[in-house]
Amino acid sequence: MGTVVLPAIIVAVIGLIAGIILTIASKLMFVPVDEKVAAIREVLPGANCGACGFAGCDDYAAAFADDPDMSTTLCPVGGSTCATQIAGILGVEAGDVEEKVAMVMCNGNYGVTKQIMEASRIHTCKAAKQFYGGMWACPHGCLALGDCVRQCNYDAIRIENGVAKIDRIKCVGCGACTKVCPNNIISMVNIKNLVFVACKSVAKGAVTRKICENGCIGCGKCQKACKFDAIKVNNNVAEIDLAACKNCGLCVKECPTGAIIKRTKLPKQA
Amino acid sequence: MTQIMIIILTFVLTNNCILSQFLGICPFLGVSKKLDSAVGMGAAVTFVMLLATAVTWPIQKFILEPYNIGYLQTVVYILVIASLVQLVEMTLKKYMPPLYKSLGVFLPLITTNCAVLGVAISVIDNGYNYGESIVCAIGTGIGFLLAMVLFAGLREKLEDCKGIPECFKGIPITLVTAAILSMSFMAFSGVVDGIFG
Repeated sequence: MGTVVLPAIIVAVIGLIAGIILTIASKLMFVPVDEKVAAIREVLPGANCGACGFAGCDDYAAAFADDPDMSTTLCPVGGSTCATQIAGILGVEAGDVEEKVAMVMCNGNYGVTKQIMEASRIHTCKAAKQFYGGMWACPHGCLALGDCVRQCNYDAIRIENGVAKIDRIKCVGCGACTKVCPNNIISMVNIKNLVFVACKSVAKGAVTRKICENGCIGCGKCQKACKFDAIKVNNNVAEIDLAACKNCGLCVKECPTGAIIKRTKLPKQA
Repeated sequence: MTQIMIIILTFVLTNNCILSQFLGICPFLGVSKKLDSAVGMGAAVTFVMLLATAVTWPIQKFILEPYNIGYLQTVVYILVIASLVQLVEMTLKKYMPPLYKSLGVFLPLITTNCAVLGVAISVIDNGYNYGESIVCAIGTGIGFLLAMVLFAGLREKLEDCKGIPECFKGIPITLVTAAILSMSFMAFSGVVDGIFG
């Protein structure tokens, strides 16, 4: 009898002590969960894309508990509706969400540049980039193997004629594609901006001209043409200050290679 | 000092808890997809191993052995380790939120992990004293971390590799990789004896 009872008592006592300590600890170290956080989490879209800068929708909602004054407009997927709802829950004024859209800064399609090696066994941009910078003549352009297409949760990107194209209507501006592009040619831009330098080639003008007809050769004609001082040639490639750009399109006409492109305005953003 | 070096090298390389003793395979296969989560998991396991050994060794020596109930080792250890991890999790949540953010998600996963229980039992079986047990726990933890980091690196490369046959994709190729990695660790057998023996 004693051989059974004593061990049983010892184990029970250890368990009891552990249980009591845990109960006391859970009372002492209780961290209150804000009910507003749960409400905010409800109105967020739940895409967990991370465009707000937090690890996911849960994280963004939880961040309001620490800092109620934080911007309610960080979610580009939910847009203004979502921001207003969050502001309503917190009881503060909502700001305007800057609606963003992804933009591929490369126009090196099959017509103007070419592949200089055969790489039929490579199926991702990341792998291609590691293999001598990819099979295209230009090492800075779109690798066209669709890492961004696979990353997009909204079916807004496709590869067309050797270069990624963004569907500006479907794009919600989460920025997931910008993170996977090994050449960093996808940028998030304000939806109001329409004129872009679709080239990231920092090679010297003569080199760029040889490998891609649509490449920016850094001639500086656009810089002179711009009336708003919004475009600068830097490191052999023109760069538009998107905040200063008025979408006039003078630089587009001036560009000798077609590196600057103008997108048509969207009919109406849903 | 030599004894400490021997223990650390043994448990990091020759007796690596994952690759030689096959303990803790669950987090090894589950949380090794990304390098940063593998590092977090490895750090959390090291931490818990240290705490668990520090608590279970006195229990073994002062409660189980005097009453001659060593056969209850497993039950008591699981009980104590599980509640200890819960306690640590609560403490971290309250007093060290940054640390909780990086380690917290992994803690519930390893409350009754076999690697943690394994190191607590193996220090008793090896007859280590308290100091040696602590060193052994740290060494095993570092070994776990090392295996996790190596494997996560391999798996990240595998993700980019599209030449894998359809029938091998996912778990099969992961298991094959794990096998090859553990074979490479067999090369360490005898190294410690060679240095100190």
